[in-house]
Amino acid sequence: MDIHEYQAKEILARFGVPVPRGGLAYSPEQAGYRARELGGAAWVVKAQIHSGGRGAAGGVKLCRDEHEVTSFAATLFGKQLVTKQTDANGKGVYRLWVEAASDIAREMYLGFVLDRKSERIMIVASAHGGMEIEDLAETDPDSLRRMTIDPAVGLSEFQARELAFQLGLKGGQIAQMVTILKACYRAYRDLDAVMVEINPLVVTGSGDLVALDAKMSFDTNALFRRPQVAELRDRSQEDPRESTAGDHGLAYVGLDGDIGCIINGAGLAMATMDMIKLAGGEPANFLDIGGGASPERVVRAFRTVLADPNVSVILVNIFAGINRCDWVAEGVVKAYQEVGLTIPVVVRLAGTNVDEGKRIIDTSGLPLISADTLAEAAAKAVAARPAKAA
Amino acid sequence: MAILITESTRVIVQGMSGRIGAFHAADMIRHGTNVVGGVTPGRGGESHLDRPLFNTVREAVEATGAEASLVFVPPPFAADAIMEAADAGIKTAVCVTDGIPSQDMMKVKRFLKRYPEERKMRLIGPNCAGIISPGKGFMGIMPPHIYMPGRIGIVGRSGTLGYEAASQMMTLGIGVSTSVGIGGDPINGSSFKDILALFEADPDTDAVMMIGEIGGPQEAEAAAFARDHMTKPVVAYIAGLSAPKGRKMGHAGAIISAFGESAQEKVEILEAAGITVAPNPSAMGETMARVLSHRQAA
Repeated sequence: MDIHEYQAKEILARFGVPVPRGGLAYSPEQAGYRARELGGAAWVVKAQIHSGGRGAAGGVKLCRDEHEVTSFAATLFGKQLVTKQTDANGKGVYRLWVEAASDIAREMYLGFVLDRKSERIMIVASAHGGMEIEDLAETDPDSLRRMTIDPAVGLSEFQARELAFQLGLKGGQIAQMVTILKACYRAYRDLDAVMVEINPLVVTGSGDLVALDAKMSFDTNALFRRPQVAELRDRSQEDPRESTAGDHGLAYVGLDGDIGCIINGAGLAMATMDMIKLAGGEPANFLDIGGGASPERVVRAFRTVLADPNVSVILVNIFAGINRCDWVAEGVVKAYQEVGLTIPVVVRLAGTNVDEGKRIIDTSGLPLISADTLAEAAAKAVAARPAKAA
Repeated sequence: MAILITESTRVIVQGMSGRIGAFHAADMIRHGTNVVGGVTPGRGGESHLDRPLFNTVREAVEATGAEASLVFVPPPFAADAIMEAADAGIKTAVCVTDGIPSQDMMKVKRFLKRYPEERKMRLIGPNCAGIISPGKGFMGIMPPHIYMPGRIGIVGRSGTLGYEAASQMMTLGIGVSTSVGIGGDPINGSSFKDILALFEADPDTDAVMMIGEIGGPQEAEAAAFARDHMTKPVVAYIAGLSAPKGRKMGHAGAIISAFGESAQEKVEILEAAGITVAPNPSAMGETMARVLSHRQAA
């Protein structure tokens, strides 16, 4: 689960990371008020969306007077900001962060991630900051410093010091960097984060370290014990289809194609999408109905997939273990009756209670297309698409 | 012999008196698995499914000589249950639970390392379908009737895709020695490489079907292991060719976030290591059949 920059900064500040002074605004007027409240002669106005690349997309601006703050804010509110990390719809801007401008002498990169190889929290840092870590890994891989943290001991002073020296820091900056590293680690560990990123971490003109931007992401499996983190969820930043599906126990990811998929199991769902692609089609979505799916959940899955206007055919592929083919078949029939399906549906059932499931499909009197294998199902789904003018 | 579980393996179920635990434990018993008891704290002394219940895993091990434990415990308590099994001297634990926080798993992995080699517990999962040696026994949630006894090992992250492979092979008359689900989480107990090593050492396994997916480094590690240490052929399939970068595809671990984690890159790594990769998920069975017939001809 992602949170906004201002929320990440508030959290990290609480753990001891220095951040610039700033204030949150829900309207252009409030943005102007925040600038006045902060004082000084320059402010940075930053769109709060769950995406990187905001600067290049026009979501961040350095303003020199209060009027400029207000008028820039007015152009942002309610806008869908499209960055290179979002899809073509972008993300809605409903909150702005107004911050006292910092005097930047140097930019660095600092990130904490879960390293799957060592199965530990890993620090990734670079003496060069400001650009995305993916770009940094391509253009300047030698600048990246990596360090894993022993979960039983935590981040040691010597490790933090070593990293600070590697980044070319000196004097009092070493102690400041050690404080920042330990604070980030504690925030990561204590709040069940999966990612903490400060990019850029800057050295100011006066030689002090400040987190100019911050990003945090959290382990959704641990939210049950982090109510204060769960509260920070902002549904306006989520794909409404994905979050609604999630509320009903369905894992859904919207894609660009036109073949809607209803499948059980994440691996089988990915494999079915691959099969569709190899058969010459494009999947419209990933959808895992999970285990023990009732007819009602299957109907819900149909509704979720059909909410995408691009879908022109639906492929149901179930290999039932703890699921039951007869329940899924009942769900398919029910969906036909309740949702008023007008597009072709291909159904492939295998596993637990398969004969009963097939009987329900075959005797339903509905124009359902049956398939016995994965390959056959994909081929039939691709063939069932209505002819379209290219 | 098969690996990890045979008809003689003494199995307990942690969480056996729960609704889901009881359902699957009953299925395991029906299919011949040697389930000797269950653990539900506070219900020690009672019995369930005609098997004794114990308050702690240690008591269960002392009373029944259990060597293996199936963990059916909800996510907030699952890591603790796994560590309890390890401390009680269980040899193999299978955890089906989906949704364990990753820092809990970090702790579990660290905890398992504290025991000397001879009494170190092997963990399979979490977030997996379990393990089955067809005709002998199983620990997990798979439908046992789709597996035909035979001499091919299966190891995969996804449950249902593993079923798909087993049923494609059964159609072609190819049976399974043991099928192991290592689970879809970013941090898991046993990796592909760990299970490949067991199959390589098992006299009753002739070849291995390995089913990977996007995300993480374990398929690449397995490729290097197969190239350097295996005499038995490995056939692989990697799911997620059409998965976009940076999006989580159902499994917590199925996300492309680094170099070498996409399906295309993994396929290239596996092929470079001499592993035959099935061109599509519907061809897992026939690819295995082809590799086996070449081997017989040679």
